[in-house]
Amino acid sequence: MSEGLVHLLQLLVSGVVTGGIYALVAMGFVVVYKATRVINFATGEFMMLGAFFAWTAMSAVQAPFLVALLAAVAASALLGMATERLVLRPLLGQRTISIIMVTIGLAAIFKGLAQIAWSGDYRSFPAIFPRAPIELGPILIPSRQFYPFLIALLAIVLVGLGFRFTRTGVAMRATADDQMAAFGMGIDIRLIFSLSWSLAAMTAAVAGIVVGIIGGISPQLGAIGLRTFPVVILGGLDSIGGALVGGVIIGVLENLAGGYIDPMLEGTSVKEVVPFVVLVLTLMVRPYGLFGTREVERL
Amino acid sequence: MLIGNYKETYASDEALFRTPATRAWMGVAAAAAVLFPFVAGDYLLYLANLVAVLALGALGLNILIGFTGQISLGHAAFMGVGAYGTAVLASRFGLPFWISIPAGGALATGAGMVVGAPSLRIKGLYLAIATLSAQVIFEWVFTNWTSVTGGIRGLNVAPASIAGFRLDTDERMYFLILSVTVVHFLLASNLRRSRWGRAFVAVRDRDVAAEIVGVNLFRTKILAFMVSSYYAGIAGGLWVYFTKVVTPENFQLSLSIQFLAIVIVGGLGSIKGTVYGTIFMTLVPEMLKAGTGVARAFWPDAQSYLFPLRDVVFGLLIVVFLIFEPHGLAEIWNRIKRFFSLWPFKK
Amino acid sequence: MTGSPVVESESRDILSVEGLSLSFGGLAALSVVDLSVREGSITGIIGPNGAGKTSLLNCVSGFYRPQAGRVTFDGADVTRVAPDRRAALGIGRTFQNVALFEGMTVLDNVKLGAHARLGSGILSTMLFTPGARREELALREQVEHEVFEFLEIEHLRHRTVGSLSYGLQKRVDLARALAMRPRVLLLDEPVAGMNEEETEDMARFILDVQEERSVTVVLIEHDMGVVMDLCERIAVLSFGERIALGTPEEIQRDPEVIRAYLGEEAA
Repeated sequence: MSEGLVHLLQLLVSGVVTGGIYALVAMGFVVVYKATRVINFATGEFMMLGAFFAWTAMSAVQAPFLVALLAAVAASALLGMATERLVLRPLLGQRTISIIMVTIGLAAIFKGLAQIAWSGDYRSFPAIFPRAPIELGPILIPSRQFYPFLIALLAIVLVGLGFRFTRTGVAMRATADDQMAAFGMGIDIRLIFSLSWSLAAMTAAVAGIVVGIIGGISPQLGAIGLRTFPVVILGGLDSIGGALVGGVIIGVLENLAGGYIDPMLEGTSVKEVVPFVVLVLTLMVRPYGLFGTREVERL
Repeated sequence: MLIGNYKETYASDEALFRTPATRAWMGVAAAAAVLFPFVAGDYLLYLANLVAVLALGALGLNILIGFTGQISLGHAAFMGVGAYGTAVLASRFGLPFWISIPAGGALATGAGMVVGAPSLRIKGLYLAIATLSAQVIFEWVFTNWTSVTGGIRGLNVAPASIAGFRLDTDERMYFLILSVTVVHFLLASNLRRSRWGRAFVAVRDRDVAAEIVGVNLFRTKILAFMVSSYYAGIAGGLWVYFTKVVTPENFQLSLSIQFLAIVIVGGLGSIKGTVYGTIFMTLVPEMLKAGTGVARAFWPDAQSYLFPLRDVVFGLLIVVFLIFEPHGLAEIWNRIKRFFSLWPFKK
Repeated sequence: MTGSPVVESESRDILSVEGLSLSFGGLAALSVVDLSVREGSITGIIGPNGAGKTSLLNCVSGFYRPQAGRVTFDGADVTRVAPDRRAALGIGRTFQNVALFEGMTVLDNVKLGAHARLGSGILSTMLFTPGARREELALREQVEHEVFEFLEIEHLRHRTVGSLSYGLQKRVDLARALAMRPRVLLLDEPVAGMNEEETEDMARFILDVQEERSVTVVLIEHDMGVVMDLCERIAVLSFGERIALGTPEEIQRDPEVIRAYLGEEAA
């Protein structure tokens, strides 16, 4: 194979792997939106706390990885429930700007508390996965990315199927679609909200652990949340499959931009900005993304 | 005790300061403002300048969100456009402040027009995300368009001067900043009571009905974006002459969020609330700083908790205000006034 | 109280819809509806709930874009014209759910009705130039005489609309529409939820508007007393189709109409 082709394939494969991770992060946003029509700007911070929970379990109690993961997920579920009850429930029905701002406020609180509890130092997970990189012919995937990618895929598929086929999943979608109708059908709205936020926090915890494995854990970990907006919008705010597709597309585009455009510019990198340009284009051309459902207005 | 307030002509009913009491208070406030720099220490003066510039910027955001109901997560970017515009014209072309600041404002207005363009097709959450993207993209431009913006190191600017008189002390800048800010607050008050102010609020409250009644939604929204970013741009220009330096770090997403917090805590849609909100949100971190400085005597580690504590308090303020007093400090002040206007009667 | 007698030949149609069809997804809200409204008349639109009456008004206002058909106003085809332009041309409207702007006082709500007629740019309003000042004061005078005195709501000027009773809110809704100086006034259930006295007042206002200001009125109503008393012609909609058109007497006797209402009788 020619060097140029190998380079391209490497970029594509890296892009897909990174994209899978983005998709997992994006799913944190999608799960909340799908069930409550709210964009949770604190998703990144839920991720960060989930990662810290797992790290604490592993370093303080020497728990094996799987146990730590489950413990973190459980702790996050409780956190999500508490958040919904104390902060989101009082604001039910208020205007969008208020909901957005309250989640932004939450993000600041979580970040500050994390720094007080764990200090701002970087932590890393102990080595969990085999060291050897995965080789697909001449293409190399670092193990630090590959195994998290698998976890991400698994989580996405599980949650996606859950929404589709379980009764709770259907109830969540129904509640997001039309609260009154769902209520009229006997669905316990308050329970659904609680469960939705728990699920969102659990998803975020897994995403946070994954990101933490790849890049280390610190109170700044949540910053990746906002960087995933292009994925969320491209895929569609309420589509889990869309998050996967969007993640892969953005991951690939980012890598291609980094691989081909960056070398042409001295010192500058367009990698970080390309996804947001794509985001703007998506909003102009197809605001509901590739797989999101259209929202209709009535007078 | 104010019993009744009767106007005899429509003209007097339409006036800005409607009662003798209001006019008297305005006079007192004006006198206090003029005397302030002569009695205040350096630190307070610096804070006053900072508050005035931020209040000006926040007012712009309040016009966009509070009056017109359009969410913007990218307000800091407009301030940056104004600041960089002013800085480039001043440092590279040697233009005086009374040209470079308005020019920066005009540049920011143009940016507002571009960023507001999507409001033709998207609204609410999606528009908010579009403005967030604008913030990210502008930040990237500030950092990476090195030939114009000086990149990470930014640009340095000589103090403002007019006919050889240099505004190089905080005191002198105070009068410039104060006068520009006060004028713009008056303009905003005029706007609120005028044809376009009504159109803005109509778009916020019921955009569909507003359109059917004759308001062109797109034109109104774009105007709101333009006015809003103009205010941010002027604030950016003043900022440049205030701090004499501009770097990309000054205009990041965190500043946009700070503006949002100011506007919400102060009271969405309230001009006075913008002032209260700015003072409050600027004072609280300063008090925290003082607090941890004092605590250091008992607890050596206290200072390292300053930054995370600021984050927690900041977030807590936002959450608490949104849950318990969504109309902000302005509403709290109104309640106090109502209480005293009826005192000693209860209700 | 009776409306003016029907005169056929001299007056022209100021508003007409032809072959109007509107559907949402697969649901047809309007099917090939025709209606022409003579200038200066009062026309009623009645029908059971869900018949498409508000949808028809929304098509005339420009909020809905019909899949087929034409809306003509004052001789011009306005089917593709934006709602705010239609208001500027003279189509005024009140709303079934009142749709007042809760963040503003009654006075500001009414002044907003005149938005399309004013010319001050944003700069002059912010600077409050002499020109802007003149326009604003002239607007105030005009709104006071033509609307506040006429509808007897001067005492409500500075109240926030949220503090008003439903009946008064509806009157403010009408006031806002009148501030526009409309040529045609589309009223969506103007007396809904009103007691007898309020209903009589509103009916009187509507008649005065038509007679004193030569405004053409089209009104949707469920109160048959008001409809039969005020309207010269009545169109009846059912399931998106126009099933009858005629004078109050003709409509009351029409078997199709009676069947559509399942025996409901006119007051």
